[in-house]
Amino acid sequence: MGGKLTNTKHTLVALVEDKPGVLNRITSLFRRRSFNIQSLAVGGSEHPGLSRMTIVAVGDSAQIEQVRKQLDKLINVIKVSDITEEDMVDRELALIKVKATASTRSEIMQIVGIFRANIVDVAPGSLTVEVTGDEDKVNSLLGLLSDFGVKELSRTGRIALTRGSSS
Amino acid sequence: MKKTGAQILCESLIKEGVEVIFGILGGAVLPIYDTFPQYPQLRHILVRHEQGAAHAADGYARVTHKAGVCIATSGPGATNLVTGIACAYMDSAPMVAITGQVATPVIGKDAFQETDITGITIPITKHNYLVTDVAELAKTIKEAFHIAQTGRPGPVLIDIPRDVQQEQTDFVYPDKLDLPSYKVVSRGHPAQIKKAAKLINEAEQPVIIAGRGIIISQAYDEFKKFAEKAQLPVAHTLLGLGSFPGNHILDLGMLGMHGIACANMAVQNADLLIAIGMRFDDRATGNTREFAPNARVIHIDIDPAEIGKNILTEVPVVGDVKSVLTALNEEIERREHGDWLSQIEQWRHEYPSLEIRQSDELLPQYIIHQIYEATQGDALLVTGVGQNQMWAAQHFVYTKPNSLISAGGLGPMGFELPAAMGVKVGRPEEVVWCVAGDGGFQMTIQELATLTQENIAVKIAIMNNGYLGMVRQWQELFYGRRYVDTKLWNPDFVKIAEAYDIPGIRVKRREEVIPAIQKAMEYPGAFLIDFLIEPEENVYPIVPPGESLARFFEPSRPEVLGGKL
Repeated sequence: MGGKLTNTKHTLVALVEDKPGVLNRITSLFRRRSFNIQSLAVGGSEHPGLSRMTIVAVGDSAQIEQVRKQLDKLINVIKVSDITEEDMVDRELALIKVKATASTRSEIMQIVGIFRANIVDVAPGSLTVEVTGDEDKVNSLLGLLSDFGVKELSRTGRIALTRGSSS
Repeated sequence: MKKTGAQILCESLIKEGVEVIFGILGGAVLPIYDTFPQYPQLRHILVRHEQGAAHAADGYARVTHKAGVCIATSGPGATNLVTGIACAYMDSAPMVAITGQVATPVIGKDAFQETDITGITIPITKHNYLVTDVAELAKTIKEAFHIAQTGRPGPVLIDIPRDVQQEQTDFVYPDKLDLPSYKVVSRGHPAQIKKAAKLINEAEQPVIIAGRGIIISQAYDEFKKFAEKAQLPVAHTLLGLGSFPGNHILDLGMLGMHGIACANMAVQNADLLIAIGMRFDDRATGNTREFAPNARVIHIDIDPAEIGKNILTEVPVVGDVKSVLTALNEEIERREHGDWLSQIEQWRHEYPSLEIRQSDELLPQYIIHQIYEATQGDALLVTGVGQNQMWAAQHFVYTKPNSLISAGGLGPMGFELPAAMGVKVGRPEEVVWCVAGDGGFQMTIQELATLTQENIAVKIAIMNNGYLGMVRQWQELFYGRRYVDTKLWNPDFVKIAEAYDIPGIRVKRREEVIPAIQKAMEYPGAFLIDFLIEPEENVYPIVPPGESLARFFEPSRPEVLGGKL
């Protein structure tokens, strides 16, 4: 199939029409062709009526090229690119509800401070932490906080843009 | 002047050049049918099952190169179209399927005969629409026809709720399309064409694999020139038969699981494959790891997603076949390939796959060959799926462009009769033969009524072996001859035909074949011949599933299946 045959994580960015059923068409394609998707984030873009979608897919380069081409065939997909090899900014947001007691609260707050994360909710037995960053950063913070006991976790999945003025 | 949704639909269809609609009515399309009398230029053909409407529209599309149109009501009407839509999708046939939907206020409430047909058909349509505003209808129809008929063609479904059919709006058929994301690459990239030409000019043992893309692109002349100029032997996929004269010295016939031995041998020994308008289906390639092991690959296709999907391609050329071949013909050199062509001739003699054995039995291969002789190839053959299809692919010589209409990708038994109906309606001047199996024929037998009601003169040849023949063959060869549930009790097909007011004849002996075919041809209308063929006749050669194309089995090569026969 050419290219690298090792499985790697790829970031695909798609500009799609914001119409009913478009997300269904895209996820249906992933399911039908057995594409392995790790995360999918979708929201508004700079164009009214168009959404930007960031897809993290795992596979070898030939499989990812198939994902890209098949997505590109969907009528509601305006443009799709694999930006993995490009200079890009990628971010993820996570909300982490961590167990906190009187004795651990300050230690947790210290870790949160180091990661430049925020505490967005305080309750008698827990703290909720909001963290933004690339996946490694979120994973590291999560690793440290898991020692205290993570009660709930919600991650948005990756969103990404290429750097520089090109679009 | 304001028009109803139903009127807008009819007028838009007329604007798109539609002449024929295959359909069946029901509650959710009544407003549309109520409008038909206002538009006598639209011929509606009333089928007996919606699957028949979809296959007929597919057959019509394949021979006219225009979108076939079918229509069905909501719920069961729409779901009955699904097999036919999936078939058109797999074989890239342009189709616009129109379904009625329950009224917009009750969508999502599980109303009577409601089904989410746009949801159901997402994976089997090129695109689909649910129109909830009558003001969007004309624009949607324009888009649907454009998408269905351009690029790699395919089916598009438009779901129209009943109230939208009745609502009124000003009708203006748009001149322009608003499809920012839909791009069709027609011309191949010049640099890729140069690279391809270089490989072709350097090749010593080249083989073309010709697919249906050549037929869709109607590139017969360009393709013939291409093959002849560089003396490139032509193997075909099933659906590529009819893209190149079957009696041409360079023609090898079909490759693949039931491919002609010399075609498979040529592909396996090639140093260059030129794949044109095809998608490396597993039935064509056999085991992909052992497929054409020494060949570099040029792949010409209009769909970029087909490049590298199944087979590693060295030089992809994305574009319309006709345009790409026109450009390539300027770049390639005249070649002879004498040694290679004589090697292929040697294989042709060594493994005479098409030789019909001398026998008193009624052999299907002989029947197909006699249909060829009687028509001199000047006929369109529509096949079912299974043994009848393979015998038709092997033993008819496709000298006429686009003369084989067969369901290759999906393989739905029961395709033959409704598709033949659509083919004959699309090309009334042609002789249309429907080659059926006794199993598949009963899956859509109800369309005999449509043939009679609409005076559609299809000639039906049933290869009646009393079995689900291809499955029985697999049980024989790969399941220790355990014939589980493949034996069929059959009705008297001649009496059935008579009940539908179609004359028929039963043929049991070899000497009756030619007179029966003559009788069918001389009769002005539809005619049925029930050929009681040798029940356990097999399709050979066969490449056992999962094997390389070089390991084809035929009775002269018992070693392939370990002596089993």
